[in-house]
Amino acid sequence: TKEEKQRLRKEKKHQKKIKEKKDDKEEKPVGAASQPPTQPSQKGDLAPAPAPVPVPASETPALADKPAKSKADLKAERRARQESERASKQGKKGDVGQPVPTSKPKAPPSELQPVVKRLPEHVQVDNPDVLKKLAKKLERQQIPLRSDYGYKVSLFSHLHQYSRKAPLTQQLGIPSTVIHPAIVRLGLQYSQGIVAGSNARSVALLHAFKQVIRDYTTPPNEELSRDLVNKLKPYISFLNQCRPLSASMGNAIKYIKKEISNIPSQCKEEEAKSKLLSCIECYINEKIILAAKAIAKYSIEKISDGDVILVYGCSSLVNHILCEAFEKKRKFRVIVVDSRPRLEGREALRRLVQRGISCTYVLISAVSYILPEVSKVFLGAHALLANGYVMSRVGTSQIALVAKAFNVPVLVCCETYKFCERVQTDSFVSNELDDPDELIVTRKGKTQLEHWQEVPSLGLLNLVYDVTPPDFVDLVITDLGMIPCTSVPVVLRVKNVDQ
Amino acid sequence: MELQAVLMAAGGGSRMPDLTYNTPKPMLPVGNKPLMWYPLNLLERVGFEEVIVITTKEVHKMMSTDPKMKDVKMKLDVVCIQEDGDMGTADALRHIQQKIKTDVLVVSCDLITDVALHEVVDLFRAHNATLAMLMSKAHEFTDTVPGQKGKKKTAEQRDFVGVDQSGKRLLFMANEADLEDGLSIRKSIMRKHPRMHIKTGLEDAHLYCLKKAVVDFLADNKSISSIRGELVPYLVRKQFSKTTNSPKIKDDAEDQNQKTIDELLISSRDEPLLQLAQERSCWNDHRGDMSEAYHGGKLRCYVHIIDQGLCYRVNTLAAYIEANRLAPKLFEEPAVHPSAVISERCQMGSDSIIGALCQVADKTSIKRSTIGNSTTVKEKVKVTNSIIMHGVTIEEGCNIQGCVICSNAVIGRGADLKYCLVGSGQQIEPEGEGHYHKHTKNIVRFIPLIFFLLTAIVNTNDLLTLSY
Repeated sequence: TKEEKQRLRKEKKHQKKIKEKKDDKEEKPVGAASQPPTQPSQKGDLAPAPAPVPVPASETPALADKPAKSKADLKAERRARQESERASKQGKKGDVGQPVPTSKPKAPPSELQPVVKRLPEHVQVDNPDVLKKLAKKLERQQIPLRSDYGYKVSLFSHLHQYSRKAPLTQQLGIPSTVIHPAIVRLGLQYSQGIVAGSNARSVALLHAFKQVIRDYTTPPNEELSRDLVNKLKPYISFLNQCRPLSASMGNAIKYIKKEISNIPSQCKEEEAKSKLLSCIECYINEKIILAAKAIAKYSIEKISDGDVILVYGCSSLVNHILCEAFEKKRKFRVIVVDSRPRLEGREALRRLVQRGISCTYVLISAVSYILPEVSKVFLGAHALLANGYVMSRVGTSQIALVAKAFNVPVLVCCETYKFCERVQTDSFVSNELDDPDELIVTRKGKTQLEHWQEVPSLGLLNLVYDVTPPDFVDLVITDLGMIPCTSVPVVLRVKNVDQ
Repeated sequence: MELQAVLMAAGGGSRMPDLTYNTPKPMLPVGNKPLMWYPLNLLERVGFEEVIVITTKEVHKMMSTDPKMKDVKMKLDVVCIQEDGDMGTADALRHIQQKIKTDVLVVSCDLITDVALHEVVDLFRAHNATLAMLMSKAHEFTDTVPGQKGKKKTAEQRDFVGVDQSGKRLLFMANEADLEDGLSIRKSIMRKHPRMHIKTGLEDAHLYCLKKAVVDFLADNKSISSIRGELVPYLVRKQFSKTTNSPKIKDDAEDQNQKTIDELLISSRDEPLLQLAQERSCWNDHRGDMSEAYHGGKLRCYVHIIDQGLCYRVNTLAAYIEANRLAPKLFEEPAVHPSAVISERCQMGSDSIIGALCQVADKTSIKRSTIGNSTTVKEKVKVTNSIIMHGVTIEEGCNIQGCVICSNAVIGRGADLKYCLVGSGQQIEPEGEGHYHKHTKNIVRFIPLIFFLLTAIVNTNDLLTLSY
């Protein structure tokens, strides 16, 4: 539309201006590519791309490097632009409804094109420049850098690999003053695996943020809406160092940042804080608790008497569905498939058996043996990607594949807040590497792999996630309804319109 | 604020009365630094900026004059209590309850350790524990202790510590003194933790992380007076008690009006959110039964056991000597203080430490010893394996081996002391000889020593010195 084109033109001019300024100052070349992401993010909620949001986390400290004169100028410019855009947004919401959603997906790609090389989800540990930038950013935020551990398999050398025995708290002072104690506790719980699972991590994160907001006081001469977001940035870096953020956590953080920056400046601190706390409560209630209820309602329609349901690992949502179905007096039995090294299926088994559901327990190596008995497969998801791929615990794609071969329907249950705009077709590009020592097992006092580091040709790989193509998934059950896997981009678009 | 540090420095040193006769235990010199400097240094290194120090007026006075204490950069909030010794550690915590705003880290003044403190605090944080403590493998002190002929096998009361399979969760704690017939373990514990490891060779380092709710609980329950003796066993027991049945009064008679620790713990905000997160998380701390993580218990006690590294509690003479030997190795400080005057013909071993303003004359030999500030060592003195405190004068020709000589003592010319303990301000006669003796003012102590004397090789000179 005309307005979009005008906006684009304005931004290009602004980019050129900043490029010139930067060349004059002989700064560390942040790159022209870094500028566009700052703008869409500062627009707030119009730009749907999640990629630019973490990038500004690195950019605003980078901008803080510049001499004070240009920083003040830039800030003033940015503020003026923000105000004008907010005003235009108010006007826009009044008249144009339809053209906006269709134009939006067009506008971001053009802004994002220069940024494509530096999407933050694409961790590049084997690129020393990127590592240096990360180290500098962490130093600015006063967060210790966690060092990688052990030999990394070459295909995954671009990912971080940390050891559980070297927690990040080793390098922090004990009464942690830089990072809020609730966040330190959360980081520890993430890195030790005490809080594991997409939903649990998001809920724990929001709980910790509630404590942070409660203990927050606005410093003088600062606005709550801007300062609180800046306060949260080092915490998020810290949590990222403890364990890479999940897609659900990323979405929750985006929501909170949006809510914080939308607080009007004349709002009093107490009011603002209570508003934020209620927003968080609302988010959890809507997106997690009520969504689970809705998904359970839809799924129960799909479970008939006499079913043999196969589940993999421990998905809180799938467990909830099965327990609800059992309450509604459906007659079915469950086969729990488990895999090393996490062996999360034991926990799922415990929860189901405690309710009285009859279960069978097998390891993933027996899945082709047990599949002829199975009538349905219910899988949980860590995230649903924009091209319809399902990102879940490693082993899920294998189960989906074997189920497809046996013509068994595969149903994936996932709340909409886990939908993310990333696109991935393989499990290599973006994944998480867990501690390789977790693969070592001691049986009868003997630990065969104890000295694996000394064998030069041996590498231990402990992957956490894998990606399932949409061809293997028959149905995705979300709180918006039961949709095919390829409809995920539509849901994302609808979500963005709502926001 | 996450944690507040509290240093308990009001202890009497009841197990080494000879040393603490003149100098209170927190100010005893170890490696020429006062004993309480070590835990303060540990806290400072870890990152604390403020410490609440509970001590007596005497110690406070000495603290303000000691040069080493001025090195401590943290802000010390000193709370003075009476010296009569009736106040236990828990009573002291109750005394400062108003100052406690967050969870508290209690350290004893006689702890010398280089443990990574984050291990203990991480247990406290990650599991949202009520108590996290530090224990180490007990040390066998092999050196001969001055003042004791032969190795005295002290019938130290053993501690029985029960931990779960991971070695982190504390399930059972009892002292031998409290157990009459035998060790009895409640069925509720065995049902929840069928595998328990009971260890007896552990020494408590008296370093505790406590939740703020515990301090509030102490304020209500005035019957608990010692952290180690009463509070810790109470908390460990309470982990497994049924919270619903209040009439079940076990050992401590709890007043019905007082809030139980469970109520205080549960009254934290956002409890439902935490519950939700725990429910949704696929983690459990134990396997094999149908219960959820932590068996649904809110009260959890954890222990971190170290088997390597330095961890001493300096509460006996043997520990004191061992600490003097090892403490200097903790820090990279020059063995000889720059202000000490040492003549060239003095043979000094590398393990020795010389304090400030010392004067060491010619032809002396100092090996494996610690010499305090302002001491004078004259010619031809041989000092081996000894601890000499501040202000001591050692005249010529002395031979001192394996001794502990307290402040301001004077050792006369030609004295030969082996494994002796000389109290403060004492004077040893010239040409005096002593083997395994304690030269202190307390005459009553000598009565059992007379039997030792009969068996030892004694000169007539000895009997004269003993009459002092």
